[in-house]
Amino acid sequence: MNKLEDAIISLLASHEVMDEGQYPKSITSFTVPRDRFIDAARALKKADARLVAEWATDERNFGKGFGIYTCYNKDTEYLIVRAYAPLEDPTFPSLTKKFVSAWRFERQMKSLMGVIPVGHPDQRPWIKHEDWPEDAYPLRKDFDPSCPMPRVHGEYQWIRAEGEGVHEIAVGPVHAGIIEPGHFRFQAVGEDVLNLEERLGYVHKGIEKRFEALSWDEGARLAGRVSGDTTVAHALAYCRAIEAMTSFNVPERGLWLRALMLERERIANHIGDIGAISNDASFAFLYYQFMRLKEGFLRTNLNFFGHRFMMDRVVLGGVAVNINADGINEIYSELDRFEKEFERLVIIYDESPSLEDRVRDAGILKPEMAKDLGVVGFVARASGQRLDCRIQSAFPPYDRIVTKMTVLNSGDVHARAWVRIEEIRDSVNLIREMLRTLPLGEVKTSFKTPSPDVSGFSTVEGWRGEIVYWVQSGPKGEINRCMVRDPSSVCWIAVEQAIHGNIVPDFPLCNKSFNQSYSGHDL
Amino acid sequence: MSEIFPHILEGLQIVILLFAAPVFAGWVKTLKCWFQGRTTAGVLQPYRDLMKLFHKDIVLAENASWIFRFTPYVVFGSAVLAGGIIPILSVDLPLSATADIIALISLFTIARFFTALAGMDIGTAFGGMGSSREKTIASMAEPAMLMAIFTVSLVCKSTSLSQMVQVIAHGEFILRPSLAFALLSFVLIALAETGRIPVDNPATHLELTMIHEGMILEYSGRHLALIEWAGMMKLFLFATLGIAAFFPWGIAAANDFPALYIAALSLIAKLTATGIGLVMIEIGLAKMRLFRVPEFLGSSFLFATLGMLSYFMLE
Repeated sequence: MNKLEDAIISLLASHEVMDEGQYPKSITSFTVPRDRFIDAARALKKADARLVAEWATDERNFGKGFGIYTCYNKDTEYLIVRAYAPLEDPTFPSLTKKFVSAWRFERQMKSLMGVIPVGHPDQRPWIKHEDWPEDAYPLRKDFDPSCPMPRVHGEYQWIRAEGEGVHEIAVGPVHAGIIEPGHFRFQAVGEDVLNLEERLGYVHKGIEKRFEALSWDEGARLAGRVSGDTTVAHALAYCRAIEAMTSFNVPERGLWLRALMLERERIANHIGDIGAISNDASFAFLYYQFMRLKEGFLRTNLNFFGHRFMMDRVVLGGVAVNINADGINEIYSELDRFEKEFERLVIIYDESPSLEDRVRDAGILKPEMAKDLGVVGFVARASGQRLDCRIQSAFPPYDRIVTKMTVLNSGDVHARAWVRIEEIRDSVNLIREMLRTLPLGEVKTSFKTPSPDVSGFSTVEGWRGEIVYWVQSGPKGEINRCMVRDPSSVCWIAVEQAIHGNIVPDFPLCNKSFNQSYSGHDL
Repeated sequence: MSEIFPHILEGLQIVILLFAAPVFAGWVKTLKCWFQGRTTAGVLQPYRDLMKLFHKDIVLAENASWIFRFTPYVVFGSAVLAGGIIPILSVDLPLSATADIIALISLFTIARFFTALAGMDIGTAFGGMGSSREKTIASMAEPAMLMAIFTVSLVCKSTSLSQMVQVIAHGEFILRPSLAFALLSFVLIALAETGRIPVDNPATHLELTMIHEGMILEYSGRHLALIEWAGMMKLFLFATLGIAAFFPWGIAAANDFPALYIAALSLIAKLTATGIGLVMIEIGLAKMRLFRVPEFLGSSFLFATLGMLSYFMLE
């Protein structure tokens, strides 16, 4: 029962074009006329779909103009709708009024690809800062990244609040701690936040453009560097998209090891974050203890996977590392040790009233708001959304080793921390189960490159949430476009909403509970 | 000789204040590390930090006025002067006769006033936020502080610190509920005044949450060194003030050497214990939400009032 597909088919009737060349075959793709693009969005909104991503491609080398793509999801169904805009008239109807998450996607498409969302309420650039020439569109094929650009002068138009006692607090882009750069502009009365506006793009590295100059194998390395703390999940999502394009089957042991690394990455990041949340409430004891536990994981990673963050271990065709009996035993005993200490620390977290006073009812993201914004990952699960790619698009071994989904409704800092505590517990069990059922055999087989003009799609539940890759091969069988959608691309906007009704000094704690990636967002 | 001796002692107290304050701050940090299961940089680390800052150049904001440049010296000077008033080793202090407890609190207020001005002087958002928060806290902490100390004054029938210490340390020992309440109140205020958890976090890097650190965020080089040093002295002074007002036993009444030895040893023991107490509080608590601070200081005012009432009703 594919509800979204039915919704589109009944809408389009005669116009319907089901695309070939979109892999895996479980994903349906439709091409609609440009003027019906918004109708499709309306129909899908009615069918209760979530906008996963919106992106543009330059398909002039196929003789087609600019492709405008949207991806929707409901339950286990993912669906792609696309339309084309010619070079002479690179416009498309904006979906922002239907789906709030399209807000920044469309600003980004306009900034980087030069396709104009008609009807979008906010035409300011996004990611691309004003010192770029306005007509420099780096994702277009005729843009030469090696050519230096003139620096121009411009000013960003901030949202302003006025009135007696209203003042503005500018924070960043360089922060006092060792974190990534991003600018936050508060409008406040006394300590109460009227509005928060984020400005990102300070770590824009041109990753999507860079993919187009790389070979398929090198792409996996670059994907692993989109956001350093999520290197396994990004590389995995990239590889799965490419492997889908060639209908390639990864050896079972490779699949299991990939999932094993994915869960280890999840545990390491989650424990670090719970510690960091405690630290932002000045409860430093938990911070140091959780950091110690995290360090233990990283060292085991180094010993048995050859890299503390397991970077470049997921490659096309499988994994680049095998694990022996010693490694398996060591991971088992590490988990036993970890579990004991972790549970004791969780008791301290849970039973410290002063900490509880800080984390409860702070930074609430209401379930309705979470749904409207289309957030994913633990942010969504802490606000009542049942979203987890390990269940929604369960790839092996998750189809056999089933994840337990923890969903809370309060949407506050505590909920986001607690969802992660439960996920750590679950991941520990998953790893045990994976090790118990670890198949024998190869971890990697040789990989053949995709044929021209096909596209692959994949979603992977990284520790922050749903990571989406959509990769298209060009006329010569090269990478024509690689769309990366980190969870941060949709979750950053939720930080702006969650801070309403809070006071300025609570912002760092709220922000830390989201802990979105700047690098993954800015690309 | 006996006439000049108190003056030497006065000088000695200030030297002790200057050089023991960083060690005390280092001791608190060391204890914190131990309680958190970390290795430490040792009790002398604050000295190294100060040395480093004194060697660095000053970066001044373009629009910084004389207030900004003047403030570090005011803050440092007032802390040093306060060290001459509080009986640390001996009660026989010449300066103590000229300034009582109200003058002492005013000294701290002057330092705070200038720090708050300096925070606003350079015109950054963080400085202004820090100043406004600091003044909010001060407006509630200072009356409560006076109430707590006045309770002790009532018991001792004097606002002179030397006299107060003299009465409690060398008078007849009586368990007084009024002093117990005053002590409780004083501990809460001291946490707020010295910027410790749960009111402020001296170790934070989060600009938006800062109170005291927010005001001094733009300071660098020797200015920052003086302010940091004064901050350590303030912590030391509040510890010794608490000790002098509530646990003065062991302090030297007459200026002879055996008494001073005992006074020095008991001071070290008491400061060590104070550090442990402080760290136990800081380790076990998260920083409270900013708008909980008034409740916190309100309860400290309440304790001080109860102390005063119980003096009139019970003693």
